[in-house]
Amino acid sequence: MALFRYPRPLPSEITPRDMYLSRRSLIGGAAALGAVSATADAATLQTHPGPYSGNLTPTPHEDVTHYNNFYEFGMGKADPATQSQTFHPLPWTLEITGLVRKPVRLDVEQLLRSPAIEERIYRMRCVEAWSMVIPWDGIPLATLLKDADPDPHATHVAFESIVRPAEMPGQTEALSGIQWPYVEGLRLDEAMNPLTLLALGIYGETLPNQNGAPLRLVVPWKYGFKGIKSIQRIRLLDHEPPTTWNRLAPDEYGFYANVNPQVDHPRWSQATERVIGARSLFGATRQPTLMFNGYGEQVADLYRGMDLRKNF
Amino acid sequence: MRARLTPAVSEIPGVLKRHWRLVLYPVGMIPAVWLVWQGQHGALGADPVNVFERSLGLWAFRFLLVCLALAPLRRFTGLNLLRYRRLTGLLAFFYASLHLLAYVGLDHGFDWSVLWVDMTHRYFIILGMSALVLLIPLALTSNALSMRLLKRRWKFLHRLIYPAAILAGIHFFLSFKTLNSVSAPYLAALALILLSRFLPRSRTGNGV
Repeated sequence: MALFRYPRPLPSEITPRDMYLSRRSLIGGAAALGAVSATADAATLQTHPGPYSGNLTPTPHEDVTHYNNFYEFGMGKADPATQSQTFHPLPWTLEITGLVRKPVRLDVEQLLRSPAIEERIYRMRCVEAWSMVIPWDGIPLATLLKDADPDPHATHVAFESIVRPAEMPGQTEALSGIQWPYVEGLRLDEAMNPLTLLALGIYGETLPNQNGAPLRLVVPWKYGFKGIKSIQRIRLLDHEPPTTWNRLAPDEYGFYANVNPQVDHPRWSQATERVIGARSLFGATRQPTLMFNGYGEQVADLYRGMDLRKNF
Repeated sequence: MRARLTPAVSEIPGVLKRHWRLVLYPVGMIPAVWLVWQGQHGALGADPVNVFERSLGLWAFRFLLVCLALAPLRRFTGLNLLRYRRLTGLLAFFYASLHLLAYVGLDHGFDWSVLWVDMTHRYFIILGMSALVLLIPLALTSNALSMRLLKRRWKFLHRLIYPAAILAGIHFFLSFKTLNSVSAPYLAALALILLSRFLPRSRTGNGV
């Protein structure tokens, strides 16, 4: 399955939402390619409903795009939206290297036109005890990894984000102690799980800069910080890779970071979560946090026999 | 004789000078009123309870820092604003109490099973609670009668503000995932104020 590597762009797959762009200019594939790469605005993705979406009501687009953590653009929840506007996500090349038989270099502009892109509406649970429901558009990571043909010795997958201090003001914040690039990792079987998604968009459009453009990881049964954004390199390894938050505070953020209401963060309880989207101070709600964020049926087997208190 | 506008207007400065409390206590409460108003009108963003709770805590810490800064301010500049210590100290206590109420009521909906574990197991919460507990006797004795009754012990008792500020400072530091440019200036100010006590007194200063 390598459809996304040699896509046949159809006009319908690349029509931007922006009404001021004339539809006629987009009929030619070349013109459309230019339109996608030249505008920082969200462009419509050709997507179709995928599995595992369940019966969830998405959090308003405004909240998904204006309340999140992306420390490359600042420490505040509003910083990513306000400070990411000069970031240029395209052109972009994604590398899949390391213990693979066929190293891959993917042109993300082509990936954005892949017919393999599907919608997954997932719960998103932040380690800070708040949650959203986000309609992602993306390609299962397993599809891309299979394409690179992992070596039998590969046991883990390491992800690396981008370093661009000129466009990412948070990377010049010396006090935080964060080493750039942001790095994350999964066990290979976690990476191959059908839930694990390489997201290229939200709400049927390309990812806004603040949400990790042009592509990011989504692992819905883990805390949000595992969802590394603006990924440049994926490497297959035979050992567990270091991960950014674990390096900063190993007693607070584990490698696994599975959502678990029974294992608290040292500073707060993980039993419940604030539901984002209330808008009014006195209308906000809390709900119980679900084991594996409600995806136990799909992933509990990955951790059978493991002490989840130790491997938090 | 100065030119007079009307008798009523000309008396305002004098009235304010004598009754500044009538003005400054309400002024100090403006941030709280503003936060509630914003919260009710969807202006606190996507996670209003969290922003409300954290903002109240930050205001408590700000007033605590101002309260603590007044003594070194007189010592090093001669500017005597010591009479505002009670005002700023009580406002710090007011905001810290609202901060606790927001955490207990708005954030956790008076869920005592969760709160009990928080208050007995989490050093982050214990530090903040301890700071507030230390401020309670200070707020209760922040009146002339207590000063008269406690005599020299009053001054000793009110030194509790120093451990309270240190605990609040650590709690404040821990409320962020990492050190950052927002929290660092506050922590630096606290460190400076505390260290200034150990600096030699200036020759012209009155000492505090």
